Amino acid sequence: MTVAWFADLTLADRPAVGGKGASLGELIKAGIAVPPGFVVRTEGFESFVTALDAAEPLRAPVEALDPADLARAEAVCAAVRARIEAAALPATVEQAVRASLAELVPQGEPVAVRSSATTEDSDEASFAGLQDTYLWQIGPEQVLGAVRRCWASLYSLESVTYRRKHGLPEAGVAMGVVIQRMVDARCAGVMFTRSPTTGDRSVITIEGAWGLGSAVVSGEVTPDRWVIGKLTGEIPVRDISDKHIRQVPAPGGGIVDEAVPDTERKVPCLSDDDLQRLRAIGRQVEKHYGKPQDIEWAIDRVSGEVLLLQSRPETVWAAKDQAPVATAQANPLGHLMTVFGGRK
Amino acid sequence: MAQSAKRFPLPSSVGVAPGTEAAQAAYPWYMQFEPGDDTRFWFYNSMHFPEPMCLFDMVTAEAAYIALGASNTRVHSLPTTKGIDYRIVNGRVYIGGHGVTDPAEIEERTAEFQQRAFYYYEHWERLYDQWKGKMKALINAAQALPKVELPRYEPLENVHAGKGVAANHTLLTTWHATLEGYFRMWHHHFEFLLLGYGAYMVFFDFCKKAFPEITDQTIARMVAGFEAEIFQPDEEVKRLSRRAVELGVDHHFIDSQSADQIMASLQASGQAGQDWLTALESSRNPWFNVNVGDGFYHYHRSWNDDLSLPFAAIPGYAAKIRAGENIERPTEALMAERQELIEGYRELLGSDEERAAYDQMIELACRVFPYVEGHKFYCEHWYTNLFFNKVREYGALLAGLGMWDAEEDIFHLSRYEVEQAIVDAMTSWAIGLPPRGTQRWRPLIAERKAALQVWSGMESSPALGEVPDLIDDPAIVMLWGITRESLDRWLDGGEENPNEIKGFAASSGVVEGTARVVKSVQDIGRLQQGDILVCQVTNPTWAPVFQKIAAAVSDIGGSMSHAAIVAREYGLPAVVGTGKATTRIPDGARIRVDGARGLVTIL
Repeated sequence: MTVAWFADLTLADRPAVGGKGASLGELIKAGIAVPPGFVVRTEGFESFVTALDAAEPLRAPVEALDPADLARAEAVCAAVRARIEAAALPATVEQAVRASLAELVPQGEPVAVRSSATTEDSDEASFAGLQDTYLWQIGPEQVLGAVRRCWASLYSLESVTYRRKHGLPEAGVAMGVVIQRMVDARCAGVMFTRSPTTGDRSVITIEGAWGLGSAVVSGEVTPDRWVIGKLTGEIPVRDISDKHIRQVPAPGGGIVDEAVPDTERKVPCLSDDDLQRLRAIGRQVEKHYGKPQDIEWAIDRVSGEVLLLQSRPETVWAAKDQAPVATAQANPLGHLMTVFGGRK
Repeated sequence: MAQSAKRFPLPSSVGVAPGTEAAQAAYPWYMQFEPGDDTRFWFYNSMHFPEPMCLFDMVTAEAAYIALGASNTRVHSLPTTKGIDYRIVNGRVYIGGHGVTDPAEIEERTAEFQQRAFYYYEHWERLYDQWKGKMKALINAAQALPKVELPRYEPLENVHAGKGVAANHTLLTTWHATLEGYFRMWHHHFEFLLLGYGAYMVFFDFCKKAFPEITDQTIARMVAGFEAEIFQPDEEVKRLSRRAVELGVDHHFIDSQSADQIMASLQASGQAGQDWLTALESSRNPWFNVNVGDGFYHYHRSWNDDLSLPFAAIPGYAAKIRAGENIERPTEALMAERQELIEGYRELLGSDEERAAYDQMIELACRVFPYVEGHKFYCEHWYTNLFFNKVREYGALLAGLGMWDAEEDIFHLSRYEVEQAIVDAMTSWAIGLPPRGTQRWRPLIAERKAALQVWSGMESSPALGEVPDLIDDPAIVMLWGITRESLDRWLDGGEENPNEIKGFAASSGVVEGTARVVKSVQDIGRLQQGDILVCQVTNPTWAPVFQKIAAAVSDIGGSMSHAAIVAREYGLPAVVGTGKATTRIPDGARIRVDGARGLVTIL
């Protein structure tokens, strides 16, 4: 099968569908609401590139590049990307995507197309680039174009030089592509189940702004920010910012920036009830994975439902080697000396 | 950065308000600032002494600091700190710590501490049981003190019994016993207090390091006890409310009527009303011995002295009972919730090593913390009420002899002056002539009352003297929450939003409502369902009105204060220790209370 529905996937499918697709499947398994969708499996990419390779070598020239020679690398990469974006998809792949798309959005509703790399998440940025998410794509032609562009992003200068510096074989390069119903978000943002600023595991930090989450992720708008006690639900921090723009669907597909009316700019984009729903979901996801998560969420404009678009393990604090704050003492009263023996 | 530019005034530069010099000089000489005090650091203890102090009431500071210092310096030998010194100027009490810096002395004191304080921790339950016994004996002794009176003749039975000591002598011995008991009470008060707070601080510090964004109130909830006496007064009001409904007399409780009117109408209503009054008597002793303050002002009267506060709560409780609502304190649910928090945070820790340390600390904190919650009922409330009421008996007797006009005027004399007035009365009774003090006290009392008026309108600097680089005194950090950061905030103060008032985050939640500024119990009747209570001190005595209000804001108190504990139990947003809410918030204003952030906004 060239495509796989989220509901049939788990994290174990990562090699075949990439991390993003596998994690969306895993979220569904954990009982979390995610916008429905499917993944073009890595074998789709494989058959596509194999066909291109057969016509004219594609991977061999890339593998031969010297990462120090940026001018040459850029020229080769640009040519490869142009080939990928122009080539027709293998018939089996194209038919599978068209059929699944018709099933996913029978009325031709908009979808998001996002790359789903097979590497570890921490490497994903350097490996696959950050721009490989195409929002509000309408109709099979836009979607198939977006799929090709996701694949092409594997041959961005950054990705290729990264692979060459680390001597990674080009034959092992693969990518899945996620195609997912678009959430028409009233507001959206990110949620960290471990504090990004202090590493505190007992709080959930939520950031959000009006419209689609892409404005928050890309840093175009300063989001509202809340800190919530993970266990207690108390909200000791509420930073409401001036949210001057929001991203909304563009006519004919894609997204566009729009000014937020003055009356809404400084209004919190989430109610306390929304925050508590997000907290519950954050806890559920963290519990499912057994470790802190960085999560992208959106609230549907019509239904008000909270949907998750992405969840991946927190990596920054997890990588820090932290000495225990205190260790047990032979006489528990010894702890008292930290207070009575002079506070540092 | 700009710290060198901003400084607190030196004590020597704080002038006594013009016209109040004599009233200032009337405080004992050892409480007055002197030039040498300029080199030390002092801060205004607005937590315990938010208002200018009546001369007599300074006995509360005197006895408390004598006992606190004895415990720190000599009994438990805290390694890095000794006692707390105090001064008074313009009616405001400034205090300063006395740290130990010599490493050899710290080492010596550490060895002592580990033989003394550690022994207390190891034998906590037994010693605390013993403590309760001592306190009850002390209370019994205070209650057993003779009535303050000078009979026309020595009672005949005393003569026939060959007592050989006349009633005027008893006046003096009772006075000494009254003072002696009060000073002794404060020693009991501090017997465990710093040790209890210390164990809590150990756990607190650990939590702040392991969970840098945890709120103070969450840590407090993890160590909160459930059997503490502070909840009992409210439980008694609930019991009396149930009894009133059972007996069908709850309609007698009307907000617009005084406690005396309500008592009279119950009395007149026949058997049911009288049965209820009998039930009231059994609750009053001891549980209505809670006062509306924190035990440092004679005019913070107890429920027993003024029943309007507990009575104000009865209609609300009765309505709930009639509506079939459960008003029981959900002890089991609260205990389960605490256990869930303790286990939840434990699970969030980074390693089993940390969990082992956490287990040791939480075990110690939970074991010793009930004292910190429980002692206040016996000390600051029950005993303090007995003490002030005994002083009132002297006030009434001496007023009756013509020394002053009202019983309460006695509080404008120092404790030394009261003894002079007593000896004067003893002499007068013995000689059979009027006391000489009839000419002496009235002008002094008038002068001192006027001075208090002047002082209460004055701004006082939050601190005086040289700012230390580091506040390393565990007593000051624990009891007053003062740190280098809070001093910097005081120095920087002034540029904040005038509609925002900051305090300690005591109990989370956000509520908007009408502010009801309640300055005395007489105002309780004005509280409407859903109002936000704004008061000077919230303490256990306010608990019964918590069923009526949407949130609480106080001038005084920390996140471990009783207000905070009670508010958390009721699930009401609360901000405490704002310092100025009752003066800044207009009565009837619409305000927002954000209990998790410690923020009150005037809308």
